[in-house]
Amino acid sequence: MSSIQLKNIVKKYGDGFPAVNDVSLDIADGEFMILVGPSGCGKSTLLRMVVGLEDITSGDLEIGGKRVNELAPRDRNLAMVFQNYALYPHLTVFENIAFPLRLSKGAHSDDEIQRKVRAASKMLELDDHLERKPGNLSGGQRQRVAMGRAIVRDADAFLFDEPLSNLDAKLRGQMRTEIARMQRRLGITTLYVTHDQTEAMTLGDRVAVLKKGVLQQCASPRELYEQPINLFVAGFIGSPPMNFVPARVEGDSLRLPFVTVPMTPQLAADVRGKDVVIVGIRPEYLKDASVNPVSGGATFRAVVDQTEWLGNEQYAYIPFEQDASVQGHLDNLEKELDGEGARNQIVVNLDSRSQIFEGDEVEFAFDPAHMHVFDPESGHNYTRNDEKAARIAEASEKQRKAALARAKARDARGAISGGVDV
Amino acid sequence: METNVSNKAKWGMLGFAIPVMIWTLLPLVWIFALSLKSDAALTDTTGKENRFGNFFPTKPSWDNYELILKGGASDLFMPALRNSIIVSLIATVISVVLATFCAYAIARLDFPGKRLILTMALAVSFFPVIAMVTPLFNMWRQIGLFDTIPGLVIPYLALTLPLSIWTLSAFFQQIPWEMEQAAQVDGASSWEAFRKVIVPLAGPGVFTTAIITFFTAWNDFVFAISLTSGNARTVPAALSFFTGASQFTQPTGAIAAAAVIVTIPVIILVLIFQRRIVSGLTSGAVKG
Repeated sequence: MSSIQLKNIVKKYGDGFPAVNDVSLDIADGEFMILVGPSGCGKSTLLRMVVGLEDITSGDLEIGGKRVNELAPRDRNLAMVFQNYALYPHLTVFENIAFPLRLSKGAHSDDEIQRKVRAASKMLELDDHLERKPGNLSGGQRQRVAMGRAIVRDADAFLFDEPLSNLDAKLRGQMRTEIARMQRRLGITTLYVTHDQTEAMTLGDRVAVLKKGVLQQCASPRELYEQPINLFVAGFIGSPPMNFVPARVEGDSLRLPFVTVPMTPQLAADVRGKDVVIVGIRPEYLKDASVNPVSGGATFRAVVDQTEWLGNEQYAYIPFEQDASVQGHLDNLEKELDGEGARNQIVVNLDSRSQIFEGDEVEFAFDPAHMHVFDPESGHNYTRNDEKAARIAEASEKQRKAALARAKARDARGAISGGVDV
Repeated sequence: METNVSNKAKWGMLGFAIPVMIWTLLPLVWIFALSLKSDAALTDTTGKENRFGNFFPTKPSWDNYELILKGGASDLFMPALRNSIIVSLIATVISVVLATFCAYAIARLDFPGKRLILTMALAVSFFPVIAMVTPLFNMWRQIGLFDTIPGLVIPYLALTLPLSIWTLSAFFQQIPWEMEQAAQVDGASSWEAFRKVIVPLAGPGVFTTAIITFFTAWNDFVFAISLTSGNARTVPAALSFFTGASQFTQPTGAIAAAAVIVTIPVIILVLIFQRRIVSGLTSGAVKG
């Protein structure tokens, strides 16, 4: 168990392009840290630098307070689960899991190896498959073997490189819970790369959002969602994504495509001098005024172009007139988020009871306090509340420690009643 | 429906395979038949000594085998057999080891001149063997390699290395790099990762190259007859020095017997390694 510190890490490839640029992260002992971002943002490169498969161009990487930049992967004592599992096809499941133990010559007796592998296989429910070859296993079983290989040794930290991206949706959900449970139980520092934001939001104690090699924001999932630091983070986190609409600054109020809303004095002072800003509203903060009236909120009428009913919720799409001055910025943002350019429509996450049909004109309501206001050029979030963010961070840190303590207490009870000791 | 088609295809393949098998196996059977014939049966044209139209002797005898293994021709054959085994094994071992390292470097490392090395390796194997023999003969005589075992091993290496390197680097390239990286993260040194993960996975490739090399060395005639004179002569060359009992008898039976004997190791090798030369060992390593 160790903490991992990344200090101003830079990775430049031969052509001088910085794949990872000046990233600093502080991963506490036992913390579950997620690296997330669209493809090509350098998250996998960062992970591979931590494990030692890529050289670090500049910056310091410290594991447990010791600088390990120059150490070979095998001397860093980290365990990694690869995206395609990288199981050894010529070895049985047992030997695959035992491989790291056998490599550290003399450190483990045969009995010890047997015991450790059995304990890991019991935990991962692989007992029936120990003598099979990886080629005969299902995707989920292979995934578990890869995890077994990681947990069998007493590594300082776990590294996951998009471990669930090869599984089908149902299995992915299952394995996600399993990974979370395992991490809590072992209380091991974990660095997890994914592009799937469900994984990021559900698994992580903290999530680091990367864009083109630059760290945007590293915070708890809740903070990322409620207090994004900029336009990119706001657009990346959340599904369906945050709606971005142009807004003209007119004195103390903002003119959105459908409605004009007043600004707080603080916000009005911040955006003074700006002509146009981008306003972000999460789909769930827009309500059907007839079902969920918002007291003191802004209301507007709009024609619903398309609806999607999912049973537990309902999405309505409303087209709007884009402002030419921000079109370019939003198109760019959409491309950075792996999209194909902005579509000029608002998504509304409606109550599934709402009886709205395509073509209806509906009255919508929202609370302007839930609105985020961004600078179109820099993407800066004018409405981010640092005080609230700090409070969220504090709460989530407390929650993490409580979860760890709970897992430890449960383990201690398990050990007394003869449970596994991994 | 689908099984119907594949069954039809199977029968079609069989119908095609049987003539091919007869075509290739008949000479072997013929040589075996020849090796069992006595001198009388060999020269018989009336069909009294043989059956199936002079094909198989009515009284098969092992005399020819006795002749080359214990009798008069054994002085010629036994050392040649020994030389053949030694030369082929040494050439195979060196070739496989060198080719494995070389191909691994080519598959994994990015170094300047990589393409040049591959092209050169291919170019080397373009030259017809017969064009190299005369200069080699002169050179070997002057530096004292003529009629020695290294004098044969070196040309065989030159012949087989290019092909081995190409085959093996293709095999190495198929192995996902993650395998090795996983091994390194698991605590293996580069050498351990190579030996415990890459080499076993490249097993089929290694065996394929081993067999190719062994057969090339085992079957070669041109180098063997040109670069040896007695001490290092291998079986294919030695066969041409067989003589009959008198100058009027052909050594056909003895040659046929020797040919059968030198075919046996080849068959054994193929049978042993047949199962290893099955690709697809890497399936299951990664998804898809």
